[in-house]
Amino acid sequence: MIMWELIKENQRKSWFLFMAMGGCLLALGYTIGVAWVPHQDGGILGMMMAALLWFVLSLISYFSGDSILLSMSGAKEVNRHVHPQLFNVVEEMKIAANLPVMPRIYIIDSPAPNAFATGRNPEKSAIAVTAGLLSMLNRDELQGVIAHEMSHVINRDVLYMTFAGVLLGSIVILSESFWRSQYYSASSRRYRSSSRDNSQAQAVMMVVAIVFAILAPILARLFYFSLSRRREYLADASAVRLTRYPEGLASALEKISRPDIQLANANRVTASMYIINPLKASSRNMVNAFSTHPPVEERIKILRSMMKGANYKQYAEAFSKVKGNASLMPSSALADSESVPLRPSTASAEDPRSSKQKARDLGDLMRVLNNYLFISCACGLVIKIPMDFNRKVLTCPRCQREHDPRSARPAPARVSPG
Amino acid sequence: MMLALLIFLGGLLMVVFYVINTYNALVGLRNQVKNAWSQIDVQLKRRHDLIPNLIETAKGYMKHERDTLEAIVNARSQAMSSQSIGDKAKAEGLLSDAVSKFFVAVENYPDLKANQNFLALQEELTSTENKIAFARQAYNDQALFFNNKIEMFPSNIVAGILNFTKQEFFEIQEAERAAPKVQF
Repeated sequence: MIMWELIKENQRKSWFLFMAMGGCLLALGYTIGVAWVPHQDGGILGMMMAALLWFVLSLISYFSGDSILLSMSGAKEVNRHVHPQLFNVVEEMKIAANLPVMPRIYIIDSPAPNAFATGRNPEKSAIAVTAGLLSMLNRDELQGVIAHEMSHVINRDVLYMTFAGVLLGSIVILSESFWRSQYYSASSRRYRSSSRDNSQAQAVMMVVAIVFAILAPILARLFYFSLSRRREYLADASAVRLTRYPEGLASALEKISRPDIQLANANRVTASMYIINPLKASSRNMVNAFSTHPPVEERIKILRSMMKGANYKQYAEAFSKVKGNASLMPSSALADSESVPLRPSTASAEDPRSSKQKARDLGDLMRVLNNYLFISCACGLVIKIPMDFNRKVLTCPRCQREHDPRSARPAPARVSPG
Repeated sequence: MMLALLIFLGGLLMVVFYVINTYNALVGLRNQVKNAWSQIDVQLKRRHDLIPNLIETAKGYMKHERDTLEAIVNARSQAMSSQSIGDKAKAEGLLSDAVSKFFVAVENYPDLKANQNFLALQEELTSTENKIAFARQAYNDQALFFNNKIEMFPSNIVAGILNFTKQEFFEIQEAERAAPKVQF
């Protein structure tokens, strides 16, 4: 029941920021309309064009936003047999979160450790993790990350961030196209404007539009990023409630914030979808109004100071102890008296493979998914052959033995432990 | 006279509507409890299916752990034969204990720990244990909600007349867990 209160409160708070962004878009449309169209209804026309742009983009992202995001990041869908542990961990969280169906699972072939969730509702959700994340984390840590992503799904964050992202995108497109058109029309307008009666007013409007075209994207970004940061904290709180093991998420965040690898195929608008800011690794710990994520160190500190239990109240207490204010949660969550005891770690189920071996096995896994073929040479080397290899004879790069590429098998011997 | 009759009929109609409404709500809740229970049941069955494979794989390596292996087999057959939810909870709790003791013992057998087949089984069992724990939480939440509805006024009157009974919680009592025996 508390989950619903939380979602509702979230929606109310987000609504304000949402309206503010919408206001930015309409105001921008109005001023550009007045500046461009010399008719008295120019402003209204501009507003309608802006709203139409937003509407069309929203429709597109509502119905195919998830597949666009997944294909943009180069994610491959996997099943239980490809990576049993990942599948199991997602299923555990599905049971804990009481989701009606199993989310689709994707792996992104990238060494940068990261993860994101998408899908407009829990029935159509998908969770994507990178190969780097899988090779770096142990079971408990992976569970923490998946729980965080699952929380984005059940808190309806994906839907909100998609619409807010589209709103931001529309504003950026409008102001950019306004700027472009200024370059082209600046020279021609000089001749035409002398023949107009209302050239004075038009010029004033033009200045206003220029100022607004600068301001609107900045304002909208501020709103968007503050929306995103709040939701990250809440997703952490829900994740702890699901796993009952704050240390898992804390140590996962610690591990994945360290490496300095930037995730390819991520940009500023999709950044808020990921568990950790995929862009500038150096600025991950800086507090600033233009970041999509709260500083990692603070998130870890909050998680580590949860000693007594795993409900929302305990997270809020830890939050206010670290941050100095308790405005994160609605009052109903603070009255959360449900006892959610912490659980011990499942360290006994640890994979004895080293992180390097795990990374190598995952590399093979991704090649299987990308239709590579494999030949095991007598010298012990496993030769990986891409699909478009078309020479008659293949020489082993280590021992110079010759192999027939037609004898290659679709899976190396090492992968698939059962 | 006429007015009194109308008021009486109106009141009767309201009571009938209330009873129908409450009945439907209770049936809906009871089905949710049943659904939550079947979630646990699926995972318990899965664990029962996994254990023979586990024993088969471990037998060759763990010749000195006869007691540990037998404890699992016994706990499994006990759990499979128990009927009521309370008995089941107790037996499955014992099985969980036996399995976790087994995994502690495995630490002394590096060869077994390197076995691919065993690793896959261990992942499946660990995951199943987790799923049981999460499903248990969900079931108990639902059962509590249903039981509250049955006990609270005025829905308790309807529940009493129409014979709704309280659902048992699936609880593993910490106190009943036997402390590990150390033998010299």
